Amino acid sequence: MRHSAWTSPFPGGKSESTELPQSLNRSQTDKRDFVAEISCTPAIFSAKEREAGARRVSLLSLSPRGLLCRGSQEMDETVAEFFRRTILKIPITEMMTVLKAWDFLSENHLQTVNFRQRKESLVQDLVLLCEEKRASLNDAALLDIIYTQFHRHQKVWDVFQMSRRPGEDIDLFDMEQFKSSFKKILQRALKNVTVSFRDTEENAVWIRIAWGTQYRKPNQYKPVYVVYYSQTPYAFVASSLLKSNLPLLGQALTVASKHHQIVKMDLRSRYLDSLKAIVFKQYNQNFETHNSTTPLQERSLGLDINMDSRIIHENRVEKERIQRVTQEIFGDYPQPRLEFAQYKLETKFKSDLNRGILAEREEPLRCLVKFSSPHLLEALKSLAPAGIADAPLSPLLTCIPNKGMNYFKIRDK
Amino acid sequence: MSVLRPLDKLPGLNTATILLVGTDDVLLQQLAGSMLKEDCASELKVHLAKSLPLPSNVNRPRIDLIVFVVNLHSQHSLRNVEESLHHVDASFFLGKESHCSVHRNTVVKLAHTYRSPLLFCDLEVEGFRTTMAQRLVRMLQICAGHVPGVSALNLLSLLRSTENPSLEDL
Repeated sequence: MRHSAWTSPFPGGKSESTELPQSLNRSQTDKRDFVAEISCTPAIFSAKEREAGARRVSLLSLSPRGLLCRGSQEMDETVAEFFRRTILKIPITEMMTVLKAWDFLSENHLQTVNFRQRKESLVQDLVLLCEEKRASLNDAALLDIIYTQFHRHQKVWDVFQMSRRPGEDIDLFDMEQFKSSFKKILQRALKNVTVSFRDTEENAVWIRIAWGTQYRKPNQYKPVYVVYYSQTPYAFVASSLLKSNLPLLGQALTVASKHHQIVKMDLRSRYLDSLKAIVFKQYNQNFETHNSTTPLQERSLGLDINMDSRIIHENRVEKERIQRVTQEIFGDYPQPRLEFAQYKLETKFKSDLNRGILAEREEPLRCLVKFSSPHLLEALKSLAPAGIADAPLSPLLTCIPNKGMNYFKIRDK
Repeated sequence: MSVLRPLDKLPGLNTATILLVGTDDVLLQQLAGSMLKEDCASELKVHLAKSLPLPSNVNRPRIDLIVFVVNLHSQHSLRNVEESLHHVDASFFLGKESHCSVHRNTVVKLAHTYRSPLLFCDLEVEGFRTTMAQRLVRMLQICAGHVPGVSALNLLSLLRSTENPSLEDL
């Protein structure tokens, strides 16, 4: 609430305003029984801001927290709204976990909030608490990063690979230097940009970037997330629809991490951990469990242990062969999770029949084949054992984790 | 030599054996399970095979009824059955063979060519599967000769459908 704007009367009608003295940075020890601030947001403010202001006032006067000092509201309306929307996204079941991971509000503060009330009221209490603690935009951005870390599968991640010039020296990686360099590059190019970092294990850093333009403040609701593993040349990017800033982002990443070039891989999925497993070749870890002591035959036939002895499988040998081939190709381990495989064909049409309208075309036939599944690789693995396809499967399907691609372009040789 | 013949072995005492042929293993197993749950005076044995010919080195009882299971979603399944049909001796077709389809037209023609009864069923739904299992058990008992007064050939003529008499002329 901007007190300084109210000294002049409004052109229409009466309005009440209590002007609070400027020296109102009360400390917590200065207790009053009741604090009432009656505010009147002038009509020039937007409806949303007025509503936000009005809501805050009503809370102040009604909630017992009003007994604590309000001081002058230093938090910007937009930041408060950003806080509110970010906290509102968090499901109630995860609220405590996320707030603890955020570590901005201490245990004591969290205990003063009633977590059993309706979500809207809980969120409002938390926002008030944040305001009291003078939370800044950066703190809000950090909370947003943590929320996204918990809900990483809600975004679609692309994979980028960076490379150095051959023979270039690789200095020791300094995380702080990387971060400051990255931020500087972006801020030099684009004045209005919010960049926040959060370190995680495995020498990785999560970067959140909210883009603005020369004349507009950053849009906090369409950020881009980058997860960069510093010991590797790989970065995972979840972008919103603003694709125009990707070149700048690529440049910032490359220069800050002392690489020369960045290339987008043909690999995309919602499951960040699966992408990691594919790209770092970690998916073929074969973990021994004690189920592996069951004899191969029984396991391979997919039978229950108490199978009816009146059912006899005639093609046992064939089944075993299929199981063996499938296991050779896919291994025993759980497959990384992808949702799509897309094949763009640009090949000439080939037909068994001699005559056909399409067979005489000179240009390549453009065709797109897309496989989709909640868990593509497991589905492919179960095709042959289920009898839907012959084993071995086409190498175009089975090469996906090895090549680290799920978007293919197929041309005539 | 790998052709299945209906009468080349002696029957087992009070046993009836059915052979289910089809590519979809899981469905076959489920159907077999449903059949075995049925109350039946004879002892049932179910053999599952993906395709014919069957491996010849196995000692197996006489097969009384062959059912080819075709999944109408999959061309692969149909082709597999067509190829397997070559390995069945002609005398099997006098009543001891039938087709069970997971949904319909090429199959109708196929069944008509071989003069075998065609049954449609959605094997994934529990209730329909149980019903089909009951029908198959009854057919099996007749084919094994366990039902006095009715023979396999009788059953065949009873099951022949009269809906498309024009197909006879084709």
